Amino acid sequence: MLRVEEIFKDYDGKPLLKGISFQVQEGELVCLLGSSGSGKSTMLRIIAGLEEPKSGKVFWDDTDYTNKPTYERGFGLMFQDYALFPHRSVAENIAFGLRMIGRSRVEIDDIVKKALESIHMSDFAGRSVTELSGGEQQRVALARALAPDPLLLMLDEPLGALDHNLRTEMLKDLRKRLHDSKKAVIYVTHDQEEAFTLADRLLLLHDGNLVQEGSPETVFTQPTNAWVASFLGLGNLVPGRIVGSDRVETNLGQFKVSSSGLEVGSQCMLLLRPQDAILDEKAADMPNNLRAEIKDSIFQGEYYRLEVLVGQTLLHVHSSKTISIGSTIDIAWTESSMQCLPVM
Amino acid sequence: MNRSGSRTWLLWLIPLAFLLFFFYQPLLVIFRQVFSERFNQGWQFFSWEQVTRPLGFTLWQAFLSTLLTLLIGLPAAYLFARFDFPGRKGLRALSLLPFILPTVVVATAFNTLIGPRGWLNVILMNLFNLSSAPINLLNSFSAILLAHVFYNTSIVIRMVGSSLARLNPHYDEAAGVLGANPWRVFKEVSLPLLMPSILGASLLVFLFDFTSFGVVLMLGGPQFATLEVEIYNQAMNRLNLPVAGLLSVVQLAFTLIITLLQNRVNNPRYGKAALGSERKTLMKPKTKLQKLYVVLLSLLVLILFVTPILSLISRSLVTFDAARGERGEVETGLTFRYYTELFQNRSGSVFYANPLAAVRNSLVFSVLTMLIATSMGLIAAYALASSGKFIRWLEPLFMLPLGASAVILGLGFLITFNKAPWTSGAFPIMIPIAHSLIALPFAVRTLLPAIRGIPISLREAALVMGAKPWRVFREVDLPILLRAIIASLAFSFTISLGEFGASSFLSSPQTPTIPVLIYRYISQPGALNYGQALAMSTLLLVTSAAGSLLIEKIRLPGEELF
Repeated sequence: MLRVEEIFKDYDGKPLLKGISFQVQEGELVCLLGSSGSGKSTMLRIIAGLEEPKSGKVFWDDTDYTNKPTYERGFGLMFQDYALFPHRSVAENIAFGLRMIGRSRVEIDDIVKKALESIHMSDFAGRSVTELSGGEQQRVALARALAPDPLLLMLDEPLGALDHNLRTEMLKDLRKRLHDSKKAVIYVTHDQEEAFTLADRLLLLHDGNLVQEGSPETVFTQPTNAWVASFLGLGNLVPGRIVGSDRVETNLGQFKVSSSGLEVGSQCMLLLRPQDAILDEKAADMPNNLRAEIKDSIFQGEYYRLEVLVGQTLLHVHSSKTISIGSTIDIAWTESSMQCLPVM
Repeated sequence: MNRSGSRTWLLWLIPLAFLLFFFYQPLLVIFRQVFSERFNQGWQFFSWEQVTRPLGFTLWQAFLSTLLTLLIGLPAAYLFARFDFPGRKGLRALSLLPFILPTVVVATAFNTLIGPRGWLNVILMNLFNLSSAPINLLNSFSAILLAHVFYNTSIVIRMVGSSLARLNPHYDEAAGVLGANPWRVFKEVSLPLLMPSILGASLLVFLFDFTSFGVVLMLGGPQFATLEVEIYNQAMNRLNLPVAGLLSVVQLAFTLIITLLQNRVNNPRYGKAALGSERKTLMKPKTKLQKLYVVLLSLLVLILFVTPILSLISRSLVTFDAARGERGEVETGLTFRYYTELFQNRSGSVFYANPLAAVRNSLVFSVLTMLIATSMGLIAAYALASSGKFIRWLEPLFMLPLGASAVILGLGFLITFNKAPWTSGAFPIMIPIAHSLIALPFAVRTLLPAIRGIPISLREAALVMGAKPWRVFREVDLPILLRAIIASLAFSFTISLGEFGASSFLSSPQTPTIPVLIYRYISQPGALNYGQALAMSTLLLVTSAAGSLLIEKIRLPGEELF
């Protein structure tokens, strides 16, 4: 089990990580999610021993790893650019870690053969890694990281270098392979779709702090603050102020919401999810009903995305059918589907 | 092919004709002479020893010099590519300086350090009241090696250092995570990935050591003759042109082999994958070992590169007239006499050559070289930048003069143009032509990336808006190329100013260039001659340093000159 405690790290004199603590159990896949520059890669590098924290500790099964050299940690790390050794063949790349930990030639050959089979690249053993496509390189890099059977596998934006179509395909493959490996896995990404697809647990990193931790469902249904909702693209965020235990005042008017737990008088963001919007006649007699002018209606496949203007505020909602531009309709959200989130 | 290209290709014939007439013709004439001699006399016109001795020595000293250069250059390259320490930039600039210094300046600089009238001996003589120089390192093998290391370490620092700085640090890190300890990371990952650039640098250093002329002539003395020096000896002192020609053929063959090898290692299959753009890989030395490394190596670099230069400058400003047994009246002190003497017009001596005239000659030759090399280079670079297959095929033709030696060029000119309509008096006029040939590859390499960098859409946009081809060149290309053109001008000027090999063949006693005059002065006895050689060397040093500083400042980043 990996445990990091109160990790602090400065970069160029500015604090990058401000006391990060979390654990990863064996067989658990944790996604570290954050925007670029949030320090998620640095967190991985500290766990791998490639960088020193300013303070804080890294433990594996209660053994302090903080000052252990990288090469003695027995962790696996897959780089975003894969870092496949260009002077070595596919098989030699996969064998590298096995040679370093002193496995016998016979064992190495056997493991490499199986690894190549598992990624369906047995014919590629002697190829130069520079001849491989992006997807092939990705698979070899993962096989190389897994070959020495690491205690912990870390992946730094493993799909970041691939184009969109290949990404979707590799994501499915990756999900299966990572879950089959039954390892403790930390997966770093800025892409919420990847995170939701893969993670047992999400860690959201923002401004040097872990702002939320939980299963994808929890994070999706109960974001802890407005940044999380905005970063995950959960819906419209309307600035407001708490005026009563269940009332919030916004530019769109006053709303009755289920209790937010926020102090009366504090600023907040009201989250209005587009898929929860109730439209037209059904909304007409609801308490939080808004008059909205349709500015645009965009076909999205399973639904239409409506851009609507309420007063001075532009919102977007999902609709099962298109509505003509320029017309005015009623829109409402139920009390329980609206959430008041702290600004930060 | 765009339409304006169809007529301009005629323009490309100019540099081609220039090269064919002034570079390939002389080479051909040397070849023809050697082989006609063989038909007239069989192979009896020379003894094998005349070839094997200088060849053996040339290979041996080049090998040793290269080894020593790597021994110092690799740790120094690592120092500059990895560590951030106070004074790093200045020290690095200093370590790159020797490469552009003229050979005569380097030779005189070492003379002022270890020569009979150099600091080392002057200090020892004054300390122990000796009447003659106690140490004679000049005219020794070590002097040659020392000067070669001084000269070429900058190449290793530049080439290997740039690879080190561009090497993706993830390779080392990935190996570390996979369980490789630092030594294995170095052995199995860093070293193999750096090998192409180390080999490339080694071969280039070997090539420069192999074709070394001025340094060996001035520091090695009569008992050490490389092929180049022997060619000069045979041609100028023994007037044995056939043997000089034969040596040239041997020299060219080896040069060609080394150049071909160098091209091979410069194109490794994984070169591009391993090297990205320059990264931030600098770190402050943290451990005691790292601090020790940085301190010791900085000191070594400082001593190696600063001592000879400081020695030259200071020695040119100090007089020690402890000559010929009059030790009692040693006149010691600061003096500007050597400099002021340069501007005195004293004639009378047989050997006398007017320094002012040499300065004037050198300036005229350099300005001509700068104009010829840059205009030829510009046309040639345009030809090479075009996509024409025929032109691509010509590229090696333009780059070959880089490997050919100045001495052979001088010899070729002597043999080829020693007949009507040329007269022997015409040779000095050919100096700027020889210099242009030497500078041409550098000009092309400075200009070519800049030309390739101009987006074709800019020219097309100008054409569409109604600009005629010449207008397009003036309004689009020229402003973009301005920096590269200035760099090329400065480059060719600096090369011409310090060139010694070809000039030593082509200059007449009445029309010496500065380097030729320095050589003449330093070979003669007398404190004044010595001092004047130092004064001129110092001036040349300052000019070259200024020239290279200008080039470094305006050169586009990321270009490689080798």
